[in-house]
Amino acid sequence: MAGEVECEAGVSIEDLLRVLLPRGWFPPVTPGTKYVTVGGAIANDIHGKNHHRDGAFGAAVRELRLLTPAGETLICGPDREPDVFWATVGGVGLTGFILSARVRMLKVESAWLKVDYLRLKNLGELMRELERSDAGYRYSVAWIDGLARGASLGRGVLMRGNHALASELPARMSNILWPAARGRHNVPFDFPSFALNPLSIKAFNALYYALHPDKQGQLVDYDSYFYPLDGLENWNRLYGRGGFTQYQVAFPNETSERGLTEVLERLAAGGRPSFLAVLKRFGPANPGWLSFPREGYTLALDLPMRESLPKLLRDLDDRVVAHGGRLYTAKDALAGADAFRAMYPQVERFRELRKRLDPRGVLSSSLARRVGLVPRGGEALR
Amino acid sequence: MSAFLEGKGRSVLILGATSSVARALAAEFAACGYELFLAARPGEDLDAVAADVALRKRARVHACPLDALDFDSHDAFWNGIVERVGESLAGVVLCFGYLGDQAKGQQDPDEARRIVDTNFTAAVSLLNRAANYLEPRKRGFVCALSSVAGDRGRQSNYLYGAAKAGLSAYLQGLRNRLFKAGVKVTTIKPGFMDTRMTFGKPGLFLVAAPEKAARQVFRALAAGKDVAYVPGFWWPIMSVIRCVPEFVFKRLKL
Repeated sequence: MAGEVECEAGVSIEDLLRVLLPRGWFPPVTPGTKYVTVGGAIANDIHGKNHHRDGAFGAAVRELRLLTPAGETLICGPDREPDVFWATVGGVGLTGFILSARVRMLKVESAWLKVDYLRLKNLGELMRELERSDAGYRYSVAWIDGLARGASLGRGVLMRGNHALASELPARMSNILWPAARGRHNVPFDFPSFALNPLSIKAFNALYYALHPDKQGQLVDYDSYFYPLDGLENWNRLYGRGGFTQYQVAFPNETSERGLTEVLERLAAGGRPSFLAVLKRFGPANPGWLSFPREGYTLALDLPMRESLPKLLRDLDDRVVAHGGRLYTAKDALAGADAFRAMYPQVERFRELRKRLDPRGVLSSSLARRVGLVPRGGEALR
Repeated sequence: MSAFLEGKGRSVLILGATSSVARALAAEFAACGYELFLAARPGEDLDAVAADVALRKRARVHACPLDALDFDSHDAFWNGIVERVGESLAGVVLCFGYLGDQAKGQQDPDEARRIVDTNFTAAVSLLNRAANYLEPRKRGFVCALSSVAGDRGRQSNYLYGAAKAGLSAYLQGLRNRLFKAGVKVTTIKPGFMDTRMTFGKPGLFLVAAPEKAARQVFRALAAGKDVAYVPGFWWPIMSVIRCVPEFVFKRLKL
């Protein structure tokens, strides 16, 4: 059964869940937080744990209305003005303002997921397991211990699941489409920046690994499965005043194991372990010109910010390029124009299209100037 | 109070339904089961607002095109509403307003007239009809969003303030008249709110979110208040401002 929702770009994933999940509809793709808007989901062509099955968010967009910088309203979709559409999907807002979109939703019978947990001893085993059995799960993601080294490098816990059918839930369970709200917690102040250090991260990772033994068919509510951090308000304060940065790479299948190994090794060697490392397998890419997901593997890292980190990451960018990988603009804060162009071969085509949509160069952003999506000096026009 | 919160089988008419506060108010009414008649200038905004609350709250919603400044159309508009609501209409909430441009209004008679007509004359024209409908039925409520700006004229917005002062006085009189009939009249006096009306305006302070304001308006209605400042802290503020003697006030830069 198919269903579509038409909504303004400012509607959040949380809004969609609140209104449509009780009626049995789930967002086609959801990131690790529900506090993102549909417009943002399109502009970054976000992915979820189901990319290997369903592709990125753009694949579920049937049509969108775009207010171009020249002031005209365009309706575009995969079959209508496809160039404008696929430049806008992942186009980080530079083709115009997305006003509204028509999005395909997923029919579900419950708000619960049936989840299998599986621990694997290293990166190689993890990847083999994903290749072997990922097709059996709509959602699949692996938490990785960013501190494990040597033969245990990349050890982690696979967490894979499917939407639970009504018949798979205990009969006494009422209101299966809207479970009781989870308690929310708050981080009331900035932790000192030394709170997250290699030692505490190591302890956390060891604990996390120990607390997730292999289990089959666990029932987990959608909120806990998809949005674990949304339950902890202001969780960024854990990183102290220095904050953190995110670094997410994607490699093609052929180079994934080597590329991922190098990224993990370099970060561990540089004394910059990640508090949160997440691995996932991507399915085929969609035609989005600047869309991040491509077939292969992606690794997402949250790294506590330190003075030495930017240099470390920029060196890492070169290695990522050397392995044919790319970075995710939604998370990246540091990559330069040369690296970006090597990662996204359609940059030139994107800039050409922008000449038509935005002849006066009205739209710009720090990101766009840094990675060369708009000409330098684009900031002159205020 | 409890009767007010039971909206099943009853309807409410919201005038100026595309304003930020009206949108949030519509959701409050819909959550209580009211059927909604949403009146605003015809167009995309009205359709979107109506579709939004209908979808979110599974409410029965009717979009009713209205141009408040086209006085000749008010009769047809009101007759159309009466025809559609039957006997279900529980009350009317007036949310439209026009802040306008004070400096422009001092020079441009059209702007001055637009400010006064939108905030006062059009409101009177429509609320008269609402009152005449509710009075013989001896039930219901009339609520209008006036403004703290109507409590005292200031050089920076006295065209708007004067029109809202007129509206507040009108509502006082209407309350007096309809008391016998048992029809509630509630005057809402909002302070600054973070809405389209104030977007980008300088010199705002203590700005309230429209959703919060709407909840307070709804509570004031449920409690059957005569006058409510929204948020409540504007009552002491305006009480002080009203007390400043004119020979002092006229020297102030406000």
